[in-house]
Amino acid sequence: MKPKSVLIELQPKFEKNAPAALADTQLRRNMGKATQTIRGKRAAVVGEMDDWEQLREAGRAIKERTLRHLDRYLLQLEESVQRAGGQVHWAADAEEANRIVTRIATSHGAREVIKIKSLTTDEIKLNAALAEAGITATETDLAELIIQLAGEHSSHILVPAIHKNRAEIRELFMRKLGIAELSDEPKALAGAARTYLRQKFLSVPVAVSGGNFAVAETGAVCVVESEGNGRMCLTLPQVLISVVGIEKVLPTWQDLEVFLQLLPRSSTGERMNPYTSIWTGVSAGDGPREFHLVLLDNGRTSVLADEIGRQTLNCIRCSACLNICPVYERTGGHAYGSVYPGPIGAILTPQLVGVENAASLPYASSLCGACYDVCPVKINIPEVLVHMRGKVVRQKQDAGGLRALLDPENAAMQTMARVFGSRALYERAQQLARAGQGPLVHDGHITALPGLLGGWTAMRDVQAAPQQTFREWWAQRKDEG
Amino acid sequence: MQVSLFITCFNDTLFPRTGQAMVQLLERLGHRVEFRREQTCCGQMHVNTGYQREAIPLVRRFVEIFRDAEVVVAPSASCVGLVRDMYGHIAELADDAALAREVAILQPRVLELTEFLTRLGVSDVGAYFPHRVTYHPTCHSLRVLRLDEAPVRLLRAVRGLDFVPLPDADQCCGFGGTFAVKNADTSMAMLGDKLRAVRETKAEVVVAADNSCLMQIGGALHRQRAGIAVMHLAEVLAQTEGGR
Repeated sequence: MKPKSVLIELQPKFEKNAPAALADTQLRRNMGKATQTIRGKRAAVVGEMDDWEQLREAGRAIKERTLRHLDRYLLQLEESVQRAGGQVHWAADAEEANRIVTRIATSHGAREVIKIKSLTTDEIKLNAALAEAGITATETDLAELIIQLAGEHSSHILVPAIHKNRAEIRELFMRKLGIAELSDEPKALAGAARTYLRQKFLSVPVAVSGGNFAVAETGAVCVVESEGNGRMCLTLPQVLISVVGIEKVLPTWQDLEVFLQLLPRSSTGERMNPYTSIWTGVSAGDGPREFHLVLLDNGRTSVLADEIGRQTLNCIRCSACLNICPVYERTGGHAYGSVYPGPIGAILTPQLVGVENAASLPYASSLCGACYDVCPVKINIPEVLVHMRGKVVRQKQDAGGLRALLDPENAAMQTMARVFGSRALYERAQQLARAGQGPLVHDGHITALPGLLGGWTAMRDVQAAPQQTFREWWAQRKDEG
Repeated sequence: MQVSLFITCFNDTLFPRTGQAMVQLLERLGHRVEFRREQTCCGQMHVNTGYQREAIPLVRRFVEIFRDAEVVVAPSASCVGLVRDMYGHIAELADDAALAREVAILQPRVLELTEFLTRLGVSDVGAYFPHRVTYHPTCHSLRVLRLDEAPVRLLRAVRGLDFVPLPDADQCCGFGGTFAVKNADTSMAMLGDKLRAVRETKAEVVVAADNSCLMQIGGALHRQRAGIAVMHLAEVLAQTEGGR
């Protein structure tokens, strides 16, 4: 059973969702401005590193080696965490992880938990599960708080409210936090959130986090962040629960050296992120009295089983691929219908939930390759996209029956494969195309194509096929000697 | 050198002038040119749309046709990119070790036109083209073949040519093969920004190493009656003063 929890909408259809986003002028402006700024910052801080390519290669190599022996490192991690006084829980899927977190919170009588921004808990829809158990989860990351107050979904893995501008956030805060006077200066907006959150930090006894890295050798868990809200959540409450995907394990403490350089430069375009918190189990008289590490599979082992697809698990959630993607920049994240949007989402989501549940996502790319160039752990996203497209097609074909037979794309591709397989058929097809296009051609151009190709001429003309193909010209030239 | 042309099905059928220009250019530079008539398609559309199984016979066919060629040269960065980047995968999918070996031997000899000229150390092809020109580096020329500045160097050496750089040149035009049809709206949003950059240059002609991307850019320029032409790099490099 594939976990569908990752999806925000059931079987998202990117091509159906995109037009509304593309027509939203405010969204286009917000997204264009934000992605251009952040990729400029990234380019600057990456450009100043002489050994960036070696770092990328090291990042890829460490991740690949770790994934190859994942079973071993996970057991080592469990042992290290337990030795340091922490408790380890194994969750096969979202439901099990949510049950574990709810049980721990309930055992402490908590009606409320505070949260550090965590994609993994978004993936398992933890907040909704806690709400069902009568527990309120409050997001303490500024952008996550904005999204939570607005009742929306994140549209970016690092900057969840990237689709919103200052004026929109000001209005939201005034309405939801009951503030009468507020300017739209970032400092004032952050100040309003700080006042609201400070009380939560001091009063709520249970915190939930994700984790950027977990070190098998020592049992240390690492969270990087920008705002300091994470540090508050990790140190003030009595109980800390961290939900971490099994692919986040690193073998040794020293491996952090590579990733703590790759991640901030790729994500926020900073040399170093403002807050790096690393803790190992529990320490008497300092920080939480109880630490729970929930190790989540939720489809990851099936990703690991795919030889081409498994590189997706290298991902450190930096979001450089989102910021550079010309498709994401224009549609924003919501069109992907998943907690994981953008290029990484287009390959990760179908692998986690099954291609049959996200068949449009591998096609939400022009295969321009910009994502691969910026990926700090060298995930060949275009390669995996094409591989996933192959799975979509296979799944459609193997379903068989009339549907596969009548699928216009499949039928066209089968015909063209036959035509390209024989010179005689190919040359005949060239002649037929030239003859057949006649009624469509006006002044050497076609302005309206039928069927599947109509999408092309909705916005562009196409030059008609000329009267002589190259091969005909070549043959004539040889004849004329 | 004996150059075997891989014209590509797309150029053969829709843009024969590009192939003709390549013949003219390569012969002018002193090469012997041949065209193996059995060639059809490299399989790019099938592979990139997910019909990799269907592309296996096309990969076999390509290898059979060109295995003994000294060098294969094509006027398409994306088709050459497919041969060099993906043919190994397809041979693996076919579970055919012999094919994989033949692919690996042939791959380094399949070159895009600019690559071929650069490897020969040619920087000035003796062309003449008195027009204001901008250059769009197509994604596969940039990020698969890594042509970098080579095409621009060739253009800058053309006599009479007024070269003007394209703003945000490395941004995709939105073509992406079947992407332009499946996600026509997103493709058009990407194209819109490319057209704005093109207009900013006040160029008369947009040049690129792929007619597919030029069909996207040129198709919209024609629809908008923009009065800006598109031309394949080979066609510009083939032009000489007085046609000599």
